[in-house]
Amino acid sequence: MAGMFGSTAGGGGAADNRAFKKQLNKVYTWYTGGFIAFILILAVLEQMGLPRNWIGMIFLLATVGLYAGIGIMSRTTDAAEYYVAGRRVPAIYNGMATGADWMSAASFIGMAGTLYLTGFGGLAFILGWTGGYCLVALFLAPFLRKFGQFTIPDFLGARYEGNLPRFLGIIAAILCSFTYVVAQIYGVGIITARLSGLAFEIGIFVGLAGILVCSFLGGMRAVTWTQVAQYIILIIAYLVPVIWLSVKQTSVPVPQAVYGYQLQKVSEREKQLREDPKEKEVIAIFKSQSDALAAKLKDVPAALAADKDAAQKKVADLKAANAPGAEVTAAEKALAAVPADAEAAKKAWTAAKTGADARARPLAGMPNHAQVFAGDPNGDAAAQKTYNESRRNFLALIFCLMIGTAALPHILMRYYTTPSVKQARQSVGWSLFFIFLLYFTAPALAVLVKYEVFTVLVGTPFDKLPEWIAAWQAVDPALLSVTDVNKDGIFQLGEMRIGGDIIVLATPAIGGLPFVISGMVAAGGLAAALSTADGLLLTIANALSHDLYYKMIDPNAPTARRVAISKALLLVVALLAALVASQKPADILFLVSAAFSFAAAAFFPALVLGIFWKRANKWGASLGMIAGLGTTFYYMATTQPWLRGMFGVTSPIADNIWWGIQPISAGLFGVPLGFAVIIVVSLLTPAPGKATQELVEHVRYPDLRLGKA
Amino acid sequence: MQLSERHHEYWRKTLRITGVLLAIWFVVTFVIGYFARDLNFTFFGWPFSFWVAAQGALIVYVLIIWFYAAYMNRLDQEYGVAEEE
Repeated sequence: MAGMFGSTAGGGGAADNRAFKKQLNKVYTWYTGGFIAFILILAVLEQMGLPRNWIGMIFLLATVGLYAGIGIMSRTTDAAEYYVAGRRVPAIYNGMATGADWMSAASFIGMAGTLYLTGFGGLAFILGWTGGYCLVALFLAPFLRKFGQFTIPDFLGARYEGNLPRFLGIIAAILCSFTYVVAQIYGVGIITARLSGLAFEIGIFVGLAGILVCSFLGGMRAVTWTQVAQYIILIIAYLVPVIWLSVKQTSVPVPQAVYGYQLQKVSEREKQLREDPKEKEVIAIFKSQSDALAAKLKDVPAALAADKDAAQKKVADLKAANAPGAEVTAAEKALAAVPADAEAAKKAWTAAKTGADARARPLAGMPNHAQVFAGDPNGDAAAQKTYNESRRNFLALIFCLMIGTAALPHILMRYYTTPSVKQARQSVGWSLFFIFLLYFTAPALAVLVKYEVFTVLVGTPFDKLPEWIAAWQAVDPALLSVTDVNKDGIFQLGEMRIGGDIIVLATPAIGGLPFVISGMVAAGGLAAALSTADGLLLTIANALSHDLYYKMIDPNAPTARRVAISKALLLVVALLAALVASQKPADILFLVSAAFSFAAAAFFPALVLGIFWKRANKWGASLGMIAGLGTTFYYMATTQPWLRGMFGVTSPIADNIWWGIQPISAGLFGVPLGFAVIIVVSLLTPAPGKATQELVEHVRYPDLRLGKA
Repeated sequence: MQLSERHHEYWRKTLRITGVLLAIWFVVTFVIGYFARDLNFTFFGWPFSFWVAAQGALIVYVLIIWFYAAYMNRLDQEYGVAEEE
């Protein structure tokens, strides 16, 4: 078994590669069969009465144990094996590994929820996160493979003649990878906690152990083979519940082909719900709550004093009337909950008003699912403005996500691991195909769940609501809360507040599947988060050990020491990321999206021009990266509420917004500026040396044997 | 090191196919995206632009990458710059 994933170092010939691939096919076919058998056995055990938290625990231990096992089997200290898996990963397997590397907790858990909440607008993520691979294929993957070193800063250092571009590459790689990895570890913590009932902080460290055993012992080699295993789990886990839901609703087992008709029904139902008098009643109640809060906010001290008096009076009255203890305690609690001072009151009431305002809208604040852009191009000036800004932001977000996809170091690094340029090209195709399987299912999942909620749940009496609603409400009311606002005993859409992250995890329960499938979906989410975290940690550790230490500080370091340092750094970075994640940073989703804009602005212009324009030189690239990254950062810091708070920006947001573009798409400004600066500065400074020009020619041709052509 | 005329021709062809595929990518993503509101006719149940953003464009992306890989691998052979297997 120890040699299962290739223990001999070095590339070997084509025959070797074919035999290796055959062996891999066998191993992973058995593995997939084993996984399905494992699910079936657990399903039988569940019928026989195995308790639910046991099932969760078994899933957690079995999958994490499996990943750790692959890590141990693939342990290595050889540099080529550690950094690029020996460059012998066949195209299709590299495609699967890239798919798992790519699809994070955000793709697996978050995306269908975003689509559920935002309808057409959410498709920007689908388009952006797939279309970016066209840019990877056309501009980067084959050329980076031909270049054939270990990391992305490696390429910048070699192509732009020096340590300054390399150093900027290291900084940018760490900046985007670290924000991203914190989000993954956070996701790992949440899922582990759900699966096993352990506390969130402990969950983080259990998951972390799984990540570490794998990447620590075997580097890229272990990570690659684990990611293939994780891809298989996550895609099965994603598809099964959706297919089930589709069979239930339409009796066709191909949800992607038929959900268009479900979408029509959802749109019909949206029209009814907008006119429904009961829904309007709920909206009116939230509206009056908001109005009452607005009145209180006009004169905070007076309103606060009145509130306090009323609460105190109630406690006194109840005590005087000798009311039951429970009532008195409740009144005392209410008194304690009255804000302490005017400042706190203003903050609490503003937040409450925002919450009420959000819910005082038709369809619980969701747009019509099939509606393309907000506003109206033929309406009044305000509607036209809304329409134009909505369309502009949709396209800008796609742009940033696409360019960012084609510039994230942990993805680009994967194309160093294929045996040849030819396979690198095919490998991008496989990557996108495997990603596509999940991404073209997510919009179907969103529509099917919406249909279920709109037609089955809405109108159900409260005492007959399905059991999963109470179960999730108990887990975290921020994810799902249902209250009978208008007290008619019937569930209205406006009475539910739902968080996007719950949609995928709750789908098996919504579809009425046994608990073992819920466990499997959670294990799939865990696989998605762990695999991405593995790739990211490796990127950070390699940037520090290979690029900073070996290439810049001690070029004579022996291989064994380089790998050892890389492993030590991996440990430090992982613990650091876990520490940050355990603080539950507030704006984690924003940080992830920000990573795309940063990567896009920092890397994309320098990498593409480095391959396609020989004249691009050191100063152009360095200043271009600084300008791109700087602009992106500046725009976010002045327009994004959380960053504004951190940097103490006080000027009104409206003054800093350019063309109404949201801060999430800040890369829209950074990327073109990066290109412009590289071109202008390169033309103003001397051309790169002859060796660099030859390097560019070298990467453009898969095999440059002069005289043969 | 001096590249031959054949090498230059190979690179010109590479740039041409890259440009053509990039144009298709651009039209599918941004041109259809820009006119999404106007392309709202029904297509197997979906509004057309919704379907393109959820499935159609993704299929085109996969085809673009597959076509590029096949075309370039053939071009490598034709111009004698393919790697030895």
